[in-house]
Amino acid sequence: MRTKQMLLAFLMLLVGSSLMFAGTVSGKVTYTGTPAHQKPIDMSKEPSCAKQHATPVTTETVVTGANNALDNVVVYVSAGAPDEGQVPTQAITYTQKGCQYIPHVLAMHVNQEFDIINDDQTSHNIHPLPKVNIEWNKSQPPGTPPIKEKYDKPEFIEVKCNIHPWMHGYFAVLKTSHYDVSKEAGDFKLPNLPPGKYTITAWHEKYGTQTADVTITGNETKDVNFTFKATPY
Amino acid sequence: MAKFFAVTIIVIAILSAIPILRHTWVAPEDISTHGGLIDEQMSETMAEAGISFLAAQFVLAFFIWKFSNPGPDAKIKKFPGGAKGLVIAAILVVGIEVMALGIFGVKAWANVYLTPPSADAMPIQVQAGQFAFYFRYPGPDGTFGATHPEMISEGSQNFFGLDPEHDVDSRDDIVAAEMAIPVNKEIHLLMHSKDVGHSFYVRELRVQQDFVPGLDVSLHFTATKIGKYEIVCTQLCGLGHYNMKAYLEVMSQQDFDDWMKKEAAMQ
Repeated sequence: MRTKQMLLAFLMLLVGSSLMFAGTVSGKVTYTGTPAHQKPIDMSKEPSCAKQHATPVTTETVVTGANNALDNVVVYVSAGAPDEGQVPTQAITYTQKGCQYIPHVLAMHVNQEFDIINDDQTSHNIHPLPKVNIEWNKSQPPGTPPIKEKYDKPEFIEVKCNIHPWMHGYFAVLKTSHYDVSKEAGDFKLPNLPPGKYTITAWHEKYGTQTADVTITGNETKDVNFTFKATPY
Repeated sequence: MAKFFAVTIIVIAILSAIPILRHTWVAPEDISTHGGLIDEQMSETMAEAGISFLAAQFVLAFFIWKFSNPGPDAKIKKFPGGAKGLVIAAILVVGIEVMALGIFGVKAWANVYLTPPSADAMPIQVQAGQFAFYFRYPGPDGTFGATHPEMISEGSQNFFGLDPEHDVDSRDDIVAAEMAIPVNKEIHLLMHSKDVGHSFYVRELRVQQDFVPGLDVSLHFTATKIGKYEIVCTQLCGLGHYNMKAYLEVMSQQDFDDWMKKEAAMQ
């Protein structure tokens, strides 16, 4: 009886500790040098989109924030992630609004379903350009229901619209749910990492990838920062 | 019954001629220096084809009226010379008509295509691609930077595949999604397609020219009236063809210079 109780207590401690000792990797993505000038987009041929923008929107190849922050960088656990194969069930969306893709970079898990929404008064034809997944393009007139899609192999996929040449975005299809996309201040946060050794990769559409190794030993937050070298062209 | 058909043909022929004679559908205003000759040619073609059409209908009605109820002893009359003569006569008549239109019309054609642009014509490059037009001005240095198709990146607005990092000429090139030109200034339009066949059509300019993939096509024109006009693709080019358009802005020289400065600042 006593042994049984002790075993139970030990098990509870084990489960509790694995929940308690959930580490976090967080940090900031920045750049050095001069990033390329982002050109304004002339949408005059699509008035229903042009009128949604009080000032012309610019290209989003390199989006920066204050203090050299670099946005739209996908930071993810590329090796050692405990959740490979667990497909999240929550819905994620990729919206076409004002003839732009929102968000510019959509990160997702392999086989995770995502909705493509047309929020414009014009037709779009979304055309992702995968190299290892299956390629397709789909027309979506205004008012039609969302297109449901998923990818079964990890890949960074460029996305374009076959009707509006300036529309441009990316899908980041990953084997893990431990990812984040850096926002205005360049910040990212990868929480709920059990103790272990991880490789963290940061991917930017123009500046490529960087990696860092990190070891989580317990309930701690490890700082990892990435700095990309920007070029004016 | 035959007489009823004959009368019906005459009525239809006359009714269809009325809107043409009354100028119900007039061509849009001509804003080019060469358009007058083209309009003249179109009117001549319409007059010639219209007269031929009416004459043919009247002859047809006459034959139906007169010969559709022959008596039991009536003989079938043949065209003098038989079918061979008829065909030769038709070829001669139609051939002379088409040749005449061509000979008289060549002046209008030659004005745009067979004469070179003047030395001070302003060069503008237009690139057609599914499904938008983009225009390039050489900038202050007057020289277009080289294009590198493999460097085309629509996501970063590098529609022409320029290489500003290595090519100095391309650094001041101005690329725009609308075509601004000064009024009364000759434009030398250099056209090429990025992908499939397209067409550049501005009805007020009386310019309609196909883009042929792999060919550099050029033409020249002078716009004479300030205003905003639509440039449309008139060659079925794919899914988004219906939406392939841009705007031509004809401006005063001062406005054009200001526009250039504004565009240069945005590059």
